Amino acid sequence: MASVRLEGVEKVYPNGHVAARGLDIAVADGEFMVLVGPSGCGKSTALRMIAGLETPTAGRVLIGERDVTALPPQERDIAMVFQSYALYPHMTVRQNLAFGLRMRGETAAAIAGRVEPAARALGLEGVLDRRPGQLSGGQRQRVALGRAMVRDPQVFLFDEPLSNLDAKLRVETRAELARLHRRLAATIVYVTHDQEEALTLGGRVTVMRDGLVEQVGPPMEVYRRPATMFVAGFVGSPAMNLLEGGLLLPPAARPTAAGDGSVTLGIRPHDVEIVAPGTGDTDARVDVAEPRGSELLLHLRLGADGGGAEVRVVAPPEPSVPVDAVVGLRCDRQRLHWFDSRSGRRLD
Amino acid sequence: MTRTGRWQTVALAVLVLATGFPFYWTIVSSLTPEARLFQAPSLIPTTLVLDHYRALFRERDFWVPIRNSLVVAGTTTAFCVAVGGLCAYALARLRFRGKAPILGLILAVSVFPQISVVSPLYLLLRSLHLINTYPGLVLPYLTFAMPLTVWLLVGFFRQLPAELEEAAMVDGASRLRAMWEVILPLALPGLAATAILTFVYCWNEFLFALSFTLGPERQTVPVAIALFRGQYQVPWGQILAAAIVATTPVALLVLAFQRRIVQGLTAGAVKG
Repeated sequence: MASVRLEGVEKVYPNGHVAARGLDIAVADGEFMVLVGPSGCGKSTALRMIAGLETPTAGRVLIGERDVTALPPQERDIAMVFQSYALYPHMTVRQNLAFGLRMRGETAAAIAGRVEPAARALGLEGVLDRRPGQLSGGQRQRVALGRAMVRDPQVFLFDEPLSNLDAKLRVETRAELARLHRRLAATIVYVTHDQEEALTLGGRVTVMRDGLVEQVGPPMEVYRRPATMFVAGFVGSPAMNLLEGGLLLPPAARPTAAGDGSVTLGIRPHDVEIVAPGTGDTDARVDVAEPRGSELLLHLRLGADGGGAEVRVVAPPEPSVPVDAVVGLRCDRQRLHWFDSRSGRRLD
Repeated sequence: MTRTGRWQTVALAVLVLATGFPFYWTIVSSLTPEARLFQAPSLIPTTLVLDHYRALFRERDFWVPIRNSLVVAGTTTAFCVAVGGLCAYALARLRFRGKAPILGLILAVSVFPQISVVSPLYLLLRSLHLINTYPGLVLPYLTFAMPLTVWLLVGFFRQLPAELEEAAMVDGASRLRAMWEVILPLALPGLAATAILTFVYCWNEFLFALSFTLGPERQTVPVAIALFRGQYQVPWGQILAAAIVATTPVALLVLAFQRRIVQGLTAGAVKG
């Protein structure tokens, strides 16, 4: 296993689209790093540059301490799981699993010695002689995983491998991936647009936007102390409330504006409590109430007349709150996030 | 049966009859004695003889033009698929400048009217001492067969997902190896369709074959048939027999690969 480093990597496509503007990402040996961000943020391009499927316009890519910027994919000793799985449709599962070993000139005995255990570990021993077209979605996903596992590469790359699975299978496979990482102690770079996946899987999470890194850190740090307003709004579900000027709080509790810019208050829907009208920090009118089983998601409008900014609050499912009721909101003072409205940076 | 159903059947029958009749008539005529060909033609033949076929192979040695056609069309097809396949792969997959102009240029080569290039090609082949040789036919055939092959194959290769090759390369294959192991097997229906179309095209070519051969030893089937007619008579029976002999192998080839051709020509039209 090896570390991976992107140093000042830029990527401009011939059509002028800029996918990376000076990326610096360092993945330690054996680390599970998740690149997360909205579509078009450059996370997939970053992964493809590590794989060698795209060439950076500027900067360096290092695997271990080796500069691989100019090397083609086959000389980088990596394994990749594609979003579409990219299984070879004309080969059996066994041949699919063996392909990488065969390309590296392993003997038939050595190949069998690696394919069989991998197939057993993934529960594929019954379908080894079938072709991908005869497999279920979950089985295909496991074949793609197995094809990467049998080879013992320097780095595993995952490009949204769970996005084609249904919700239940996704949760199961997520747990399987976490187990796999622990067992192999492998270096993994994992791309997803799903912030929940990023939080549950990542040893560390890199949040990206517009070809730039917004924040790097362990999942809970990114969740608890988002470095920018973008990260605050992107990570966590339901999304954090961002209120310019801190309207949610009584004027005395708002900080004096930093410099000449105004400030934005961020507070997660879980950190606001519903109280009797007039007893909290402010009053609001219930606009929509969505029961979600274990909790109730309320969309409210500030002010007793319901004409102010929208705020989302997660409340216990009981007692239920009727639509159009006026309630009080109390913010957890330990969980306030203040941002500079202009730069988007965190203030404390 | 409903009214529309009946009308459909009738319409279909008429269509089949109209398409099939010339073939039927050709086969029957090729088996009718020369003397009866022009008197009292009847739909149902009364006497069938193999005279014309015998004459074709005994008197005229029709094996020679068949051999020539097989050699020329076969060699051209093999070259086209091998070289055109690599070319089409590069045009479909690699990133380089001037891809569209190159594709346009390849197409432009094939749209010249054949008759306009016959004379310059003749002079060129003569100075290369290639008149009345197999290369003297294969090389000119490549000028129209290669663009056809490249265009068809570019289409087939583009339909295959790029992620498959990327996976193969990440798995340790070089680009050529990835093409050989992953892309070619998947493009096989397309390759077969292209090969057959190219072969049929060359098999039936007439103008170049007539212009660049001098004697029967290098003439292809269409040229040989055209030269059957003598000064005073046209041996219709033999011409029709030759037409049957020339068409049958190609028809069998197409029938055998029918499903692959249709698959190839419609591949990617729907998700499958």
